Amino acid sequence: MSSTSSSTSSSPDPRWPDELYALLREHGVTQFAYVPDAGHTTLIDRSLADPDVNSIALTTEEEGVAMLAGADLGGARGVLLMQSSGAGNCINILSMIKAGRFPFLTLISMRGDFGEGNPWQMPMGQALRPVLAAMGVICIDVDSPEAVVPSVEGALTMTFKAGNAVAVLLTQKLIGAKAF
Amino acid sequence: MNHPGSNHTDDHTLDRVQAVPALIGRHEDFLIVTGLAGTAKDVAALTDDGDHIYTLAGAMGAAAMMGFGLALAQTERRVLVVTGDGELLMNIGALATIAVVNPANLSIICVDNGHYGETGYQKSHTSLGVDLEKMAIGAGINATRTITREDQIADASTFIRETNGTAFACLQVKATNPPSYRRLLDPAACRGRFRSALLGRP
Repeated sequence: MSSTSSSTSSSPDPRWPDELYALLREHGVTQFAYVPDAGHTTLIDRSLADPDVNSIALTTEEEGVAMLAGADLGGARGVLLMQSSGAGNCINILSMIKAGRFPFLTLISMRGDFGEGNPWQMPMGQALRPVLAAMGVICIDVDSPEAVVPSVEGALTMTFKAGNAVAVLLTQKLIGAKAF
Repeated sequence: MNHPGSNHTDDHTLDRVQAVPALIGRHEDFLIVTGLAGTAKDVAALTDDGDHIYTLAGAMGAAAMMGFGLALAQTERRVLVVTGDGELLMNIGALATIAVVNPANLSIICVDNGHYGETGYQKSHTSLGVDLEKMAIGAGINATRTITREDQIADASTFIRETNGTAFACLQVKATNPPSYRRLLDPAACRGRFRSALLGRP
């Protein structure tokens, strides 16, 4: 995976990725869908190593939205791990999430936001919040390591108890901006 | 071509109104996810809009992956995806995603009429040379077949129930109308109905 360095680096060995995996498993998440992204390395690798979950690499992020709706029909909980650029690939399938009132949880590693140096990332990074809000997805920003677990715990309740579509945004203040 | 299917859909001879029910057989054997339009009507008519089906009327491209997520969640049940060639092509990468995992309890039927039935029957890609069975094979799905004749259907109905990996069947039909059937179009009501029947809770 690519290295990250920036003026806003997180602590050298963050514990929140492993704590986050444990939290998701405690809440009964058994399907992990993703297009691999550096920001989700630990969650992806932990799900691949876990014999009790399905760890599914997608060819495009919209597949994960559809897959998790199918999981819900079958009584299973899942999470979509993606980069902000991939959220743009999800929009029309989010229609089914909204009209169908499917619970839906996504963890999004941000690009095109604070400290971004790749111009290609800027439009979707800046459009992400308004576009997801327009599709009925509640966005929760996470800027610091100690806020990750509490924010995702809140998101899990909002999703699987209250039936919402929720996106937790792991911002570039948390995960750092990729060096170019 | 190394399989008996045709990419020139003017050659298709099967009528979907008979062929789809014959291929599916006893529909109660499956939890079913359909695509939009034609296949939604095919399956809604066959099952009388059963509570073991989830039909789409939008989110084109979602059917195969929705069936996949359901199959992973309900490993003791057989899951059947019944969708059209246009809907499947909209997210053809799903065949790759699914093939890598290859769940034995998932079967996919593509009702291939080579046309966009909802929008004036324009020719779709499969009328113009695109071969969906080859795309499934290329994606890594090992159990595939193309059905063009009535005498292939009975065998194929067994095939979709008995493979030890994901099965893909391309049913090539004439570009004629599906049954006329008015199904429940409310996605939330369909979700609640499906979950209540399967899980005992909406």
